Amino acid sequence: MTKWNSGIVLENKRIRSTDIYIMKVRLKGDVDPSYPGQFVNIRCSKGTDPLLRRPISILRFDPAENIFEIVYEVRGKGTQYLSLLKQGEDLDVLGPLGNRFCLKEEYERIAVVGGGIGIFPLIHLLESLPEKVFADVFFGFRDSDRILWEILPKKDNIKLYISTDDKSFGYGGFITDLFKENTSDKKYDAVYTCGPKPMMKIVAEACMAKDIECFVSLEERMACGIGACLGCACRVQTENDKIGYGHVCKDGPVFNARKVVL
Amino acid sequence: MNEKNINLSIDIQGLKLKNPVIAASGTYGFGREYAEYVDLNDWGGISVKGLTLEERIGNPPPRTVETPSGMLNAIGLQNPGVHAFIQNELPFLRRFDTAVIANVAGNTAEEYATMARILDKADIDAIELNLSCPNVKKGCMAFGSTPEGIFQVVKDVRRETRKPLIVKLTPNVTDITEPAIAAQEAGADILSLINTLLGMVIDIHTRKPVLANNTGGLSGPAVRPVAVRMVYQVAQAVSIPVIGMGGITSGKDAIEFILAGASAVMVGTWNFADPACVKKITEEIKAYMIRYDISDLKELVGKVEIY
Ligand SMILES: Cc1cc2nc3c(=O)[nH]c(=O)nc-3n(C[C@H](O)[C@H](O)[C@H](O)COP(=O)(O)OP(=O)(O)OC[C@H]3O[C@@H](n4cnc5c(N)ncnc54)[C@H](O)[C@@H]3O)c2cc1C
Ligand SMILES: Cc1cc2nc3c(=O)[nH]c(=O)nc-3n(C[C@H](O)[C@H](O)[C@H](O)COP(=O)(O)O)c2cc1C
Ligand code: FES
Repeated sequence: MTKWNSGIVLENKRIRSTDIYIMKVRLKGDVDPSYPGQFVNIRCSKGTDPLLRRPISILRFDPAENIFEIVYEVRGKGTQYLSLLKQGEDLDVLGPLGNRFCLKEEYERIAVVGGGIGIFPLIHLLESLPEKVFADVFFGFRDSDRILWEILPKKDNIKLYISTDDKSFGYGGFITDLFKENTSDKKYDAVYTCGPKPMMKIVAEACMAKDIECFVSLEERMACGIGACLGCACRVQTENDKIGYGHVCKDGPVFNARKVVL
Repeated sequence: MNEKNINLSIDIQGLKLKNPVIAASGTYGFGREYAEYVDLNDWGGISVKGLTLEERIGNPPPRTVETPSGMLNAIGLQNPGVHAFIQNELPFLRRFDTAVIANVAGNTAEEYATMARILDKADIDAIELNLSCPNVKKGCMAFGSTPEGIFQVVKDVRRETRKPLIVKLTPNVTDITEPAIAAQEAGADILSLINTLLGMVIDIHTRKPVLANNTGGLSGPAVRPVAVRMVYQVAQAVSIPVIGMGGITSGKDAIEFILAGASAVMVGTWNFADPACVKKITEEIKAYMIRYDISDLKELVGKVEIY
């Protein structure tokens, strides 16, 4: 088994008229498996600009076929480069990187709260959920066009709640409000969240107030992606209650909400 | 000329390198991080993350931002301290056939000297004084930017160690030859340059600098021409060997530095883009030597033909 370093694009398609793409890549060789929460760091040029790799969450991994999928939103030069890749082209990809979502054997009921591009690692988690675990899923989107029905999990043990910022579908408003309204009487074994920091902060605080285990998946600007440059620092609570720095690429991206300062 | 009789090895003032390609400090952690991706034996040497006497937690995030063909960083010398390095990191690195260079930074001349005394007894191949880190408030660059400051620190350190002593220079000065000469006079064995160029990126929407430290050090291909020029100037001005770096991505880039006067090179930022670059770089250096019928890399050092 080895770390991922090269693959071939099998499919790279735009989701309807959005600026979001889904890419399927076959890895070469005998590779390490990946787990929900992990990401890949992808080279987005053949030259020196963009220079640094771009971190993207793993949406799915098929160990039998050595195929992984990612979903990405075109933001700048790096993701633009990705969107132009054609079937059959090579992809220089480092992975699987980072830790994973912790889902304990004894968990029976969980909640998942995601916003924007933060939903992708959570979908990986939901797809690998054992049947006996029930999940209430709260996903916020900017508008109804961006609701990615194509990849949303449809399983009996998963209940989906959707909000849109522009009120064009489902609950009109903040996903955190929808989450709070529907969970005040529920007891979860754990809550998983990924998305904009203010959203994660509200979710984490709501959980901690009720003494519910909460896992946040953080984003930070990265250079190496493997713990060498110390660039992707996030504030963490150290043992003696002092503030220290952890590293999103190596210690994360998933952190116990009690151990990070959001 | 064929591959077999090419000599890439070099002994720089007692620092023995089997090839001239060294990982630049701060970009390669303690080697361990890359070991899953690269055969660390491929490196001529590894300069470890900048060490301080005590542990440092570093600067608040964001610490990095990309720039055209480069990046700014303001890590703030996060490191576990020199003792933790010797105890927890060095034994792992020593398992590989590569020179280990301890890169150190201090707040005072005394701190530099103390670290040199500690490292003199450690199983390392050279000490590299970082007199030029732009991202910490005290020390470092304050010394590194004046010839007097450099002279003092290097002299104090020289008394404490017989290990090959590398002095790393900051490019953030008007005349790079002044600190270079000061370091040589104070007893440096080798000079290395360049460290990062001070830079700034502003987010026009928030009107705030992107880095929490406001400014950061520029590295990567964007700085290469500046670095080559400085290595050339320094090599002309001193008689001790020079290690060149700044934006190296290929064997061609490395040869440029060697022709400018570098006896060896360091590769930093490019590792982030291509973790396996060391092998390609050494292969490309060899290919160049075969093409021009050069059996020993030393023949190329400083051989730029100036107009
Ligand atoms: C662990 C992790 C997982 C991620 N997973 C996904 C994913 O599954 N799908 C997806 O679409 N995106 C994901 N991202 C975000 C993605 O990495 C950035 O959108 C991408 O790097 C932007 O690159 P660019 O060259 O297109 O844009 P750039 O021109 O580099 O930047 C465009 C904008 O994005 C912001 N930005 C750049 N890098 C980051 C970053 N690392 N974190 C936050 N903001 C950034 C910049 O401030 C800028 O405003 C993830 C990020 C991390 C750290
Ligand atoms: C993220 C990062 C951290 C760095 N940390 C250090 C350090 O701790 N000590 C040091 O002497 N130089 C440090 N440097 C500077 C590099 O060693 C090198 O001098 C510089 O980056 C130029 O080379 P490059 O363009 O190949 O990266 C750092 C550079 C980067 C990008
Ligand atoms: S990105 Fe380099 S340490 Fe995390």
